[in-house]
Amino acid sequence: MRTRWLGRSLFLGVAAVFAVSALGAGQITEYQESQAMGMESHIGKLTGHTKTGAQLYRRFCVFCHGSLGDGEGENAMWIDPKPRNFTLGIFKCRSTPSGTLPTDEDLFDTIGRGLLDSNMPPWRPLTGQDRADLVAYVKHFSPRFASEKPGPPIQVPPEPEVTAERIKAGQATFKRVECWKCHGVEGRGNGPSADTLTDDLNRPIKPFNFHDTDRFKCGSTDQDLYKIFMTGLDSTPMPSFMDNLKPDDAWDLVFYLRTLQPMRTKAKDIAKQLGLQPVSPNAAAAQPQSK
Amino acid sequence: MKSCYQSAGTLVVLLLVGLALLYSGPAVGAAAGGKITGTIKLDGTPAHQRPIDMSKDPVCAQQHTGNPVKTETVVVGANGGLEYVVVYISEGLPEGAANAVPAQPVTFAQKGCVYQPHVIAIDVGQKLLVTTADPTTHNIHPLPAAGTGNIGWNKSQSPGSPPIDTTWKAQEVAIPVKCNIHPWMHGYMAVVKGPYAVSDDKGSYTIENAPPGSYTLTAWQETYGTQTQKVTVASGKSVTADFTFKAK
Repeated sequence: MRTRWLGRSLFLGVAAVFAVSALGAGQITEYQESQAMGMESHIGKLTGHTKTGAQLYRRFCVFCHGSLGDGEGENAMWIDPKPRNFTLGIFKCRSTPSGTLPTDEDLFDTIGRGLLDSNMPPWRPLTGQDRADLVAYVKHFSPRFASEKPGPPIQVPPEPEVTAERIKAGQATFKRVECWKCHGVEGRGNGPSADTLTDDLNRPIKPFNFHDTDRFKCGSTDQDLYKIFMTGLDSTPMPSFMDNLKPDDAWDLVFYLRTLQPMRTKAKDIAKQLGLQPVSPNAAAAQPQSK
Repeated sequence: MKSCYQSAGTLVVLLLVGLALLYSGPAVGAAAGGKITGTIKLDGTPAHQRPIDMSKDPVCAQQHTGNPVKTETVVVGANGGLEYVVVYISEGLPEGAANAVPAQPVTFAQKGCVYQPHVIAIDVGQKLLVTTADPTTHNIHPLPAAGTGNIGWNKSQSPGSPPIDTTWKAQEVAIPVKCNIHPWMHGYMAVVKGPYAVSDDKGSYTIENAPPGSYTLTAWQETYGTQTQKVTVASGKSVTADFTFKAK
């Protein structure tokens, strides 16, 4: 009699322990699963859903980015730079610090803007709601979006008035933090390290030539330019300068970079009046000038 | 009625014992730790190490005039001792010891436009300080593999900047680190759980405070890969585990 109840309670006890642990394990996977499928995006008043996002993705994105979101679509082998692998959760255009996830707005803006010098066109024909749905679907590919929050977006202070002092200070900053090592003393993308640069896929990548265009990879406004060098472009050699530049230095640098660009700007007029010459770092002698 | 109370009581006790077993893990730290020590050697001719041409950045080149730095993919010291080999316990470590994080930070320094040391080992969650002593700007760009749980970043560090203060989230042997501005700069951060050591210029290493037990010990070298062997650590004693890598 005694052995019987002991045996039964032992069985029940062990079964209960297993049940508790199995329940825990089961819950985690199901929870994660629902997180991925139920991923949403929030951009202003818009809420994006994966379900509609999936349909749009299969129509517009799958050929390059692939059905698994790993950037291995059927067109991928023909194009360079390669389509983004969404499963890594690493993106160039962010308002958040290097190594953190972008915000929904960052991804939304990237889809609408496209990426300069790549095969990613601006998807302006898609409605805002479509793009929001795509953001949700793009996010569902990476487990990072289920377990991490986007980094804190960097604050861009109000743009000050452009002055001759600020442009000169910007040029000093360009020299001090050594933008010219890759971008060249004139910002033509021909600095001493330019030929050796590779992206995270170990493919050659060119530094930006400021004389080419008035747009950048991640936008065309002064605020976009500010964000680009403060956050860095993850997966490329472009680092984050957040720890090196104070907001005032950063605005000075924005104004200086604007003097290099082809369109006429107030900054460029001031630079002309100043007779601003390219920076002459000590390395200039070892580097052929492109004049 | 009485047997009902009894069986309910037994059930509760068993449940508690079961849960305690599930969540506590074996007790550690009661016994004093042992030591694992040894020498790592290279059998054969080491891969040729090229002198590095730093002329693209005179600020770097000036620091090594007449004595160029060589690449460090295989560094052999006296008597064939292999430097920069990471040794760590890869299997068998009790949960508590594996999760313990040393309080002191690990420093990865940039000096003379090379990483000093070329290879560091660091615990998951241990404070990492990336410092610079160079009069030139570097960018620190660690490239963890996909799916490891570690996320890469890329930060610029100007002369006189404060150290970059960060941690790694997951075990990964080893994360390559590079500087895009100075393409010759290469290093590794081996992120492990539990006690570790990196071999010195004589090829010798010592892992202090390994809890008593039987383990798989792994040695990793960036060119020659990994080797493992079994060790048994006794409380307060020192056990020797030597490794020999074969030159390819």
